[in-house]
Amino acid sequence: MFQPPGPTKTGSRTLGQKMENTVIKAGGWLGLGFVAVAAAALARDWGFAVQMWTVAGAALVALLVTMRNLDLTVPAGPGAAVRPSGYYDDVIRWGTIATLFWGIAGFLVGLYIALQLAFPMLNLGLEYTTFGRLRPLHTSAVIFAFGGNALICTSFWVVQRTCRARLAFPALARFVFWGYQLFIVLAATGYLLGITEGREYAEPEWYVDIWLTIVWVSYLIVFLGTIVKRHEPHIYVANWFYLAFIVTVAMLHLVNNLSMPVSLFGSKSYSAFAGVQDALTQWWYGHNAVGFFLTAGFLGMMYYFVPKQAERPVFSYRLSIVHFWSLIFLYIWAGPHHLHYTALPDWAQTLGMVFSVMLWMPSWGGMINGLMTLSGAWDKIRTDPIIRMQVLALAFYGMSTFEGPLMSIKSVNSLSHYTDWTIGHVHSGALGWVGMISFAAIYFLVPRLWRRERLYSLRMINWHFWCATLGIVLYASSMWVAGIMQGLMWRAYGADGYLVYAFADVVAAMQPYYLIRAAGGGLYLLGALFMAWNIAQTIRGKLRDEAPMADPPYDPVKDRPLPARAPTPADGTVPKPAPAPEPEPEPVLVTAA
Amino acid sequence: MTTKFFDHGRIERNITLLLVLSLITVAIGGIVEIAPLFWIDSTVEKVKGMRPYTPLELAGRNVYIREGCYNCHSQMIRPFRDEVERYGHYSLAAESMYDHPFQWGSKRTGPDLARVGGRYSDEWHVQHLVDPRAVVPESIMPPYAFLRERDLPTADIRDHLVAQRRVGVPYSDADLDKALDDLTAQADPAADPTELQKRYPKAQARDFDGDPARLTEMDALVAYLQMLGTLVDTRAAEPMEQPR
Repeated sequence: MFQPPGPTKTGSRTLGQKMENTVIKAGGWLGLGFVAVAAAALARDWGFAVQMWTVAGAALVALLVTMRNLDLTVPAGPGAAVRPSGYYDDVIRWGTIATLFWGIAGFLVGLYIALQLAFPMLNLGLEYTTFGRLRPLHTSAVIFAFGGNALICTSFWVVQRTCRARLAFPALARFVFWGYQLFIVLAATGYLLGITEGREYAEPEWYVDIWLTIVWVSYLIVFLGTIVKRHEPHIYVANWFYLAFIVTVAMLHLVNNLSMPVSLFGSKSYSAFAGVQDALTQWWYGHNAVGFFLTAGFLGMMYYFVPKQAERPVFSYRLSIVHFWSLIFLYIWAGPHHLHYTALPDWAQTLGMVFSVMLWMPSWGGMINGLMTLSGAWDKIRTDPIIRMQVLALAFYGMSTFEGPLMSIKSVNSLSHYTDWTIGHVHSGALGWVGMISFAAIYFLVPRLWRRERLYSLRMINWHFWCATLGIVLYASSMWVAGIMQGLMWRAYGADGYLVYAFADVVAAMQPYYLIRAAGGGLYLLGALFMAWNIAQTIRGKLRDEAPMADPPYDPVKDRPLPARAPTPADGTVPKPAPAPEPEPEPVLVTAA
Repeated sequence: MTTKFFDHGRIERNITLLLVLSLITVAIGGIVEIAPLFWIDSTVEKVKGMRPYTPLELAGRNVYIREGCYNCHSQMIRPFRDEVERYGHYSLAAESMYDHPFQWGSKRTGPDLARVGGRYSDEWHVQHLVDPRAVVPESIMPPYAFLRERDLPTADIRDHLVAQRRVGVPYSDADLDKALDDLTAQADPAADPTELQKRYPKAQARDFDGDPARLTEMDALVAYLQMLGTLVDTRAAEPMEQPR
């Protein structure tokens, strides 16, 4: 179905082979389309029918694109079709746009459900717009659609540049991109229709899981294939993290989604595990969706884009080795801290707590390695808003990976669990670390991908930075206060020995904090809108007329010693000032290579 | 990082080695923590009273999952004085032994529901689901009035029980064959529930949604909510916990 490996196949392929290839691909899409239509016709519930029609539509589009792309002209000579850069960047261009699109969609849904908690009438009385259905839409949109697209497109950029090799299997890479978008659409529309497995962050139903497995294995093949054909002897550290992320997510996804469909033509399935075992499997998955999707993958991003933007080498090679292996080893144990004081056996809870606390060290290893990469370039925080974003991202990474171990201590968790403190913690990591490091990477990539001189506006990045930062501060601080207050109110006893507050009292007390949180989310969304505008204008090739951020003002006339002070004449006449000297030629700064 | 015994450079130059070592490294934690839960007997201590869900309760549970109730409601009472006082005896592992998937939840935007069964009347539940703020002014829960208007799909209930049995829920052949009868009998005030209650002890049979003429999703959901936490007699279970 896909092109065999090899960089220069296009040049030497005959017309017959091309034709044959297209027919096989088109046949495959047609087959998928027929299967989907048949499944829609036999569907046991109408949600499943809608989903299958979506698949059929996607297959039809893929079929048309495959047939339209059949190019029967014979290339002039071998290598004629190869682009000047030699790297395969189409998918990365689509990926940056998809990242932005899904990011804004996800932030918007997040803002909406935040407002629903403050104003419940926003649930609108419709089944499709209730908090219960929109909340998985929000989490999946930001984690898997925004984060996932950011990871896929940056990993394709990084693996090509650090391996000095063109992406392996470009056709498969295109399939990965579009297949992943189909996964997102199926998952998202499914939630609105009430199709869910009912386990946080693993909500997509069995057939969507199978589709994601196919896409994910293809992703692994493209990534590994590129590393295999690398021209650099060493595999760069960013690729270790990306690889660990891809492999571990595959493992987690496969085990956690084992389930038994009620019918092959229906959406409903039942998890293979029950109760305690199901809970720990789910949180083993859930915590490592954080650990590998939102941490290891984005550390890979950090290890490439921070040194590139700062133009400094990574601080410590030894630290990167130590913290890579310890991070991926320790993270996987931390899941049980989501189940403290539940019916999970104590030994598992204790293991989870101990490993979570240990995890603090490798996490900070990554933060230190990133921050210290800036040594000698700290002045860039003042002049380069992209560096500023990356530093903030690392700072938030450090803060949330300190807060996480703290909250995983059982006595702290007894207060924080079930409260909005957890929500605040997640968002300081997600908005601060994941969001900011991704935005910085996209700002880095876009001028290079579209071959623009620079971004449309650097000052607009600064606006984005401050909106987002202020948004995160409002969000995290309001949720800390709300969460701790909630926990304390639930357990408050009066002098008479009775509980002081009814549950409804605690709900009512949350409203001001929910409003502050929504304001924070709104600011964060506003920042992302600045970004969208900035990126769109950059792609259109526009440059904003603005004062550069980097140059301090310089006036050659004023750049001279004070005139020699003449003795003040006794008669009170004003002394004649010395004539202004010719401005000296500007000194040529010699910069280190 | 090179020493006399170990050269990390080898791993950095060999993608197969890097891949295999990473996979082994990330597999260990899960194997050590999760696998034993399946064979250590004390993980789920046996308690009297647990039984699989009746077909109607299962259908109601599926509505609960479909609407994402777990996003705001936990079903796991922790062993703290305030929680036990507020919600009832702390949850036992066995109480979710037939839950595919578990619904312990991670957030209490609304209260815990692990033992909500029998605490409120059916009428209260229906009214609360139709318009939450009519009974709890401070509530921020979405309204679920549409559940009362929608007939419960019943045709494939046997398939649901079959799928449950395949993942380990001990439904008997009789349970499977009578799934549809059981389902309708439990919500029909005119039907005789003795046969149902023989196979599903403590099953509550009546009209739940206030409209005996119809079997709606509201019937199923309220039937599920009304049985939550009612199966195990926690006072009888208490002494059994001591010998450990």
